[in-house]
Amino acid sequence: MTGARVLLMMGCPEIPIQTSIALYLSHKLTNLGFDVTVAGTTAASKLLKVSDSDGYYVKKLVDLDKTIVDIIEKRMDFDICFAFMHNDAGMTYATTMSSISQARMYSIVFGRNAEALAETIEFDCVKIVSQDVHNPVRIKNKLDKVMEEIIK
Amino acid sequence: MSCIEQMKYTIHLQRTSFKDAREYIEKNSDEVYYVSPGYKIFKDYYIIGIPPIAVGAKGNAFIFPYTKPCYGSFVLSIDNEDSIKEIDRLRETKGKETSSLKKDKPSESSKVTTTSYKDLWKK
Repeated sequence: MTGARVLLMMGCPEIPIQTSIALYLSHKLTNLGFDVTVAGTTAASKLLKVSDSDGYYVKKLVDLDKTIVDIIEKRMDFDICFAFMHNDAGMTYATTMSSISQARMYSIVFGRNAEALAETIEFDCVKIVSQDVHNPVRIKNKLDKVMEEIIK
Repeated sequence: MSCIEQMKYTIHLQRTSFKDAREYIEKNSDEVYYVSPGYKIFKDYYIIGIPPIAVGAKGNAFIFPYTKPCYGSFVLSIDNEDSIKEIDRLRETKGKETSSLKKDKPSESSKVTTTSYKDLWKK
């Protein structure tokens, strides 16, 4: 899978662990040889940019809506997509991505209502679910296992 | 920012779930058509949504879902020359393909999983 194009799709940054997990995942996957792009809303991207002002962890940061348009218009696509979601809108965006992209989908579902939200996902994906809001460790550990599976 | 936000629109439903937005459109449109995620309307907006995505016509107004990551889903309508073009386009293409007029097509919303999440999210 080395060289595979990976999209990290960030939604509303209201839940704190999204930013830290996006930074962690981007850095980890980049070091494993993946071509990682992080897409976010304006607010999510600003949080990421301030946290990683020299672009050490995130090499490519793009606008989420523009990325969706580029995929629909077949100007780009990805092999793997990690979609962050903690609300219905995040799930709606991820469902759209699963419809328009060829990428294998991984849904990172977090926040207090994570379990119930995960049950509403109808598209084919691997679900990484944790009810955490502030502590990213549990979801980080789950993602470590997922990454081990991906690089097997 | 898409052109939608610069147009004169009416908000029918706001900060809701996508499922509720779909049901509102199905119940409150004279004609209902179903489109795929990414269906392009008003030159530069690509609909974000969970299939089946309902869009509707009520008179000359075009009714559609609009989802924002931090604010949830909205139901908007636009009533102008462009909305008439959008409705005509749906009548010409979708009407022929799927017989998707409201009276002919049973609601597909039953396929959507209903859970307690919607209620949790609204709290």
